[in-house]
Amino acid sequence: MSVSAVADEATADSESGRTNYLNAERGIWSWLTTVDHKRIGLMYLVSVLVAFMLGGAFALALRLELLTPKKTIMSADAYNQAFTLHGAIMVFLFIIPSIPAALGNFVLPIMLGAKDVAFPKLNLMSLYLYWIGAIFALSSVLTGGLDTGWTFYVPYSSTTNTAVISVTFGAFIMGFSSILTGLNFIVTMHKLRAPGMSWYRMPLFLWSIYATSIIQILATPILAITLLLLIMERAFHIGIFDPALGGDPVLYQHFFWFYSHPAVYIMILPGMGIISDVIAVHAQRRIFGYKAIAFSSVAIALVGFIVWGHHMFVAGQSEMAAVIFSGLTFLVAVPSGIKVFNWVGTLYKGSISFSTPMLFVLSFLFLFSIGGLTGLFLGMLSVDMHLHDTYFVVAHFHYVMMGGTVTAFIGGLHHWWPKITGKMYSEKLGRLSCALYFIGFNVTFFSQFVMGSRGMPRRYYNYLDQFQPLHAFSTVGSWVLGLGFLVMLYNLLDSLKNGAKAPKNPWGGLSLEWEAESPPVTENFVGRPIVKNGPYDYGGASS
Amino acid sequence: MSIDPIDIGSFWLPKASSTTAHQVDWAFDVVLWMAVVFFVGIVGAIALFASQYRRRRKGEKTSTVDHNTTLEIVWTVIPLLLLGVLFLSGLRGYANVLVAPAESLEIKVTGAKWFWTFTYPNGYVVQNELVVPKDRPVKLLLSSQDVVHSFFVPEFRIKQDAVPGQYTTMWFNATEAKEIVVECAEYCGTSHSDMLAKIIVKPEAEFKDWLDSAANESAGKSPVEYGQILFTKKNCFTCHSTTGVRIVGPSVKGMFGRKEDLEGGAAVTVDENYIRESLLEPNAKVVKGYPAAMPTYKGTLKDKEIDALIAYLKSVK
Repeated sequence: MSVSAVADEATADSESGRTNYLNAERGIWSWLTTVDHKRIGLMYLVSVLVAFMLGGAFALALRLELLTPKKTIMSADAYNQAFTLHGAIMVFLFIIPSIPAALGNFVLPIMLGAKDVAFPKLNLMSLYLYWIGAIFALSSVLTGGLDTGWTFYVPYSSTTNTAVISVTFGAFIMGFSSILTGLNFIVTMHKLRAPGMSWYRMPLFLWSIYATSIIQILATPILAITLLLLIMERAFHIGIFDPALGGDPVLYQHFFWFYSHPAVYIMILPGMGIISDVIAVHAQRRIFGYKAIAFSSVAIALVGFIVWGHHMFVAGQSEMAAVIFSGLTFLVAVPSGIKVFNWVGTLYKGSISFSTPMLFVLSFLFLFSIGGLTGLFLGMLSVDMHLHDTYFVVAHFHYVMMGGTVTAFIGGLHHWWPKITGKMYSEKLGRLSCALYFIGFNVTFFSQFVMGSRGMPRRYYNYLDQFQPLHAFSTVGSWVLGLGFLVMLYNLLDSLKNGAKAPKNPWGGLSLEWEAESPPVTENFVGRPIVKNGPYDYGGASS
Repeated sequence: MSIDPIDIGSFWLPKASSTTAHQVDWAFDVVLWMAVVFFVGIVGAIALFASQYRRRRKGEKTSTVDHNTTLEIVWTVIPLLLLGVLFLSGLRGYANVLVAPAESLEIKVTGAKWFWTFTYPNGYVVQNELVVPKDRPVKLLLSSQDVVHSFFVPEFRIKQDAVPGQYTTMWFNATEAKEIVVECAEYCGTSHSDMLAKIIVKPEAEFKDWLDSAANESAGKSPVEYGQILFTKKNCFTCHSTTGVRIVGPSVKGMFGRKEDLEGGAAVTVDENYIRESLLEPNAKVVKGYPAAMPTYKGTLKDKEIDALIAYLKSVK
């Protein structure tokens, strides 16, 4: 984006090589008390990556256990706890904060041309709430584990003797972190845009964060209340959900999915935003259908609120409700399709670079298409009767959540890594890690579609012998996937030490973060940027 | 109980062994082919563009076309219409399994950790082996004694949660005389994945004979023999071994006459009354170090059956 670089004091260039947000202050205390959105974003980044590795270790252990139909390495109870923690960690500690709180915190104010978010101290508090919630959730590992599944369905969760309260309380606290971050971002986008930064000049990543923030603010309180009611039931035997106490277990499922389905869009929308930005930069082309992509994010956010019942077609809700939820569910497919078509349109007559970030974007388009299209199977009432709670569902949501969100997150991480760290990683290793990731992912999860539609239920410790070849295939895939992550981790960490110094704008991006230094100075810009063009004005003069 | 594998009918789906399964398969095929066409279209376009417009040198001129209203309308409206088709296709098969035909044989199904209990209209009760007539609709009335379970029959393409505190229904009409796998599909704890059952489909006449003789299965057997059958049929063996090995609950080997320490500090000698109480009120006196995990058999065991079980347990040394 061409900026008249305002330069009240144009001497900035000489000092920028040395002072930046990373070394402006030193010592651990300066990090723990910082209100700089970039430092907070970086601390989130490290935290969610640690959570991801922990959740990933559980996943590898689960796949290893499933190599054989009976016991392989762990007991049934250990298996049940491992898949519960895998799910809870990946959802609450990793995916939900991953893109908005880590990458979003870092680039959102810079993209707007702002010095920071609207409420920097609140931002720091959100990080502390996340940490405190995470400690509560993870403390369960030491106090007997948790075996309810990440969904905490009652009456199982109100009767099991594992650590339900500490984990749900942890999720409750992390929910506030999520709400406050969403609030902070919405206010920032309304109030702190640089002169000339109209709504339609915002990068699409910001539109997706905006839509995400709406859901975070509106839906997360429902989860908080639900988990609080569950805690009351367990601790004080107040009958709400457990029929033994006069409650209704299906009511719990309604409450839970009333949050957790919109939460799916909290997880995927920011990923979609990353794709829009990275694809335009690495194809050096105007984004195709800016407004269509922007408003489809908002449409997904709104329609996403009224489809929760599709998790419950066979759960005992009324048949009429099931029919209505099925119809509404298909509506969400429309804006998702619009996005995919527009991204493909953006490749048309572009100048496509097969850089590491772009390879992850292409992987995303492939994997997310499969994830989205297999969702159609599950939205159909009759087909869902067969596929519900099988590995088909497991494969579907991994294609969306991992193939979609995680792929976009990694792509975005590689895209902004030079900006965040000031270092360039090896393109060669980056491409290799993407190839391993892509192959490993498909081997691991495509086989699970086949297992599921043939009748393999999810959350099974033992399984019928006939499923072993597919399970073994999937397990081998998980090793390839794990190797891909190791190469990626090595590549990124190695760049910190041995990487070349990153230029301001390694990819030829036009949005404001590429006008800032790599890494940026403490308040992002010297002087205030004035925005004259849109973020995607490639290929000639703007119209 | 040995379980036959699920019969696989095609690359994607098990064999269709009921009258309604074909409608689900039809809907599955509709969405599968629609998905394949869209996927090939999307990925084909990406592959084409990626090779056609790969970057050959820096600073290439790129298209400035940034929207096309006609295209946007086309790729909004056509998918919307196709999604309507999918919705209706799914609705059709669903509507047909909602209401069981009036002439259905109604069987009560109760889920409990970790077995299924089937109660026939004549009062006959059996665990984990549901015998049904071929070519006649069977309606299942489901409920649960403890947590949520789900009754899943892959070859019939049906699944329904069994929810404590309420009744749900499902029905099927089996078209082949064979054994069919039932799996619990809603996570329910330690032995969730062992909560399997089978449906044994018999021709109508054979089914009638079976139901008549099933009602007096103890005829001509000693109490110990009958008790041994019940120990398997009532699924005791999934939690209690006869060899001294710990599974979920204590092994029954040499149990009779033994003195057991209880949770809470008291002790008890295993006698006829303790066994009876443990069957009917399993969590009244739980052996120390074991979970209070056993469901009650109140209402599912008759006195005669309890007597036989006690006789059998005395004999396991």
